[in-house]
Amino acid sequence: MERGNNYIVEVDNLTKKFGDFVAVDNISFKVKKGEIFGFLGANGAGKTTAMKMLTGLLSPSAGKALVAGWNVEKNPEKVKLNIGYMSQKFSLYDDMRVNENIRLYAGIYKISGKEIKTKINILLEELKMQDLRKKLVGDLPLGWKQKLAFAIAMVHDPPVVFLDEPTSGVDPITRRQFWEMIYKASSGGTTIFVTTHYLDEAEYCTRASIMVDGQIKALDTPENLKKSFEVDNMQEVFLKLARGK
Amino acid sequence: MKAFLAFLKKEFYHIWRDPRSLLILIGMPMVQVILFGFAITNEIIDAKIAILDNSKDEVTQEISNKILSSRYFKLYDYLSGKDQIEKSFRKGKIKIALIFEDNFSKKLYRNENPQVQIIADATDPNTATTLINYVSRIILDYQSKYIKNNSAGLEVVSKMEYNPELKGVYLFVPGTITIILMLISAMMTSISIAREKEKGTMEILLVSPIKPLMVIVGKVVPYITLALINASTILLLGVFVFGLPIRGSLIVLMLEIILFIITALGLGIFISTKVETQQNALIISLMGLLLPTIILSGFIYPIESLPEILQYVSHVIPAKWFLIILRDIMIRGTEFGLIIKETLILFGMMVFILFISIKNYKIRLE
Repeated sequence: MERGNNYIVEVDNLTKKFGDFVAVDNISFKVKKGEIFGFLGANGAGKTTAMKMLTGLLSPSAGKALVAGWNVEKNPEKVKLNIGYMSQKFSLYDDMRVNENIRLYAGIYKISGKEIKTKINILLEELKMQDLRKKLVGDLPLGWKQKLAFAIAMVHDPPVVFLDEPTSGVDPITRRQFWEMIYKASSGGTTIFVTTHYLDEAEYCTRASIMVDGQIKALDTPENLKKSFEVDNMQEVFLKLARGK
Repeated sequence: MKAFLAFLKKEFYHIWRDPRSLLILIGMPMVQVILFGFAITNEIIDAKIAILDNSKDEVTQEISNKILSSRYFKLYDYLSGKDQIEKSFRKGKIKIALIFEDNFSKKLYRNENPQVQIIADATDPNTATTLINYVSRIILDYQSKYIKNNSAGLEVVSKMEYNPELKGVYLFVPGTITIILMLISAMMTSISIAREKEKGTMEILLVSPIKPLMVIVGKVVPYITLALINASTILLLGVFVFGLPIRGSLIVLMLEIILFIITALGLGIFISTKVETQQNALIISLMGLLLPTIILSGFIYPIESLPEILQYVSHVIPAKWFLIILRDIMIRGTEFGLIIKETLILFGMMVFILFISIKNYKIRLE
């Protein structure tokens, strides 16, 4: 990572086409270190596609992106070591126990054996899941699974973590707890890049961008957005944008 | 390496935590061998036979006794008229009927070539052919002795080389090994990779620093282990329960088995690169691999009896070459030098398939 650079994600004219369809249309933005960056948009607006380019899952059709200082196209291996990722689909192994799942990802991220043990203990304590370490992940309720998945996405203490719709389908209380975890991670210095379609969650972000039809139509702090659109909440900002003002 | 070990451990968890699949994986080969061994056999025992003896002399008696005393036939009845034969066939009472011409022995002594007519129920053509062969052999056998005593004529001597008793086990053990290895290696690998895609865990693995090649190797190692266990079980059952010989080198045999397993695993990886769900992986493996393996490998239908175009198709079926190798080593005891051609073909296929499938294995999504 370059010294003195305040940005953890730098996106420059990034485009992704699938045939004739332009899923992400020439977007540019920067994410500051340590912020909670909300990446909002309707279903099909191109959020997930953009995120997949940033995590190295898709290669861009044009433009460039730097994550943690590394070019996602040229140095995907370096990018991979520096990011955490939690996908839209629940992605832990149901037929493995809680501690086995943690151990697996800790192993994949090359954390040493001794460290793994303490890591598991700390992680389970934070999640208040000490009693569940031997339980199969498949037997846990969805909310718990999501919290565990988030903790595992950060098992290697990455400088930036990408969360793709982490709270979809979970109940309000769990959603609340989830955001508490996000805040905690953020206060520890981790940058959070989160997509969501719950507009109330946008209020929790340091800054939020709103994507419509593959383009970023607005990007600012929630307060400034509301001010410039002359509305009371993010929901209305979003509706105004989506309807084309 | 550490990442790989963690991943490998996970694969064994998947197999181990799914006892039903595991039971099928380990149990199926045994059940198959035992089924093939005991139930499906080409030998026909105690086929019902009717005899219409128009001559009733000592020669026809002797031939009849010889036939009936073999374990292949059991007397249904001595008939008294030609019309009864048709009736017995229709009622399904007999599989084969024998008609001796009248004055059989007299004609024989006068060198007039008396006739024996053999009629078989060809509803099942294989059985009919086999039964007619049995009867012909017995009669020829008698005739050759008779002619010898009379110092005249010709002698027919045939010998069934390598498998004089025409045991079915010689056919089905190599065949079962081929099918099971194809099934476990290709189908299970393709399903297991497709499952990661379907569940979304593949995405996480692709984002993680683990090398895609390590993911493939990690997927493949457990199934190589399982396939080897199965191959050994089938061989042991074949040798100790069914008395199958392994006449050639055991080391060469195991190496050839490993070669075939890796080829099949390559096919499994290739399938998994083309499908997104476990179900598709299963269907394609079954239709695209298992069926051709069973039909075109020469296991059930001799390749020589296939239509010409299918004979050409069979050349690209790895199982065909593997089966030739297996039979050569186990039953003929052929030395490695003589199966080099087949081994090289199989090896070439393995390299080609692995190359194609790893090339197709996507490092990124989309």
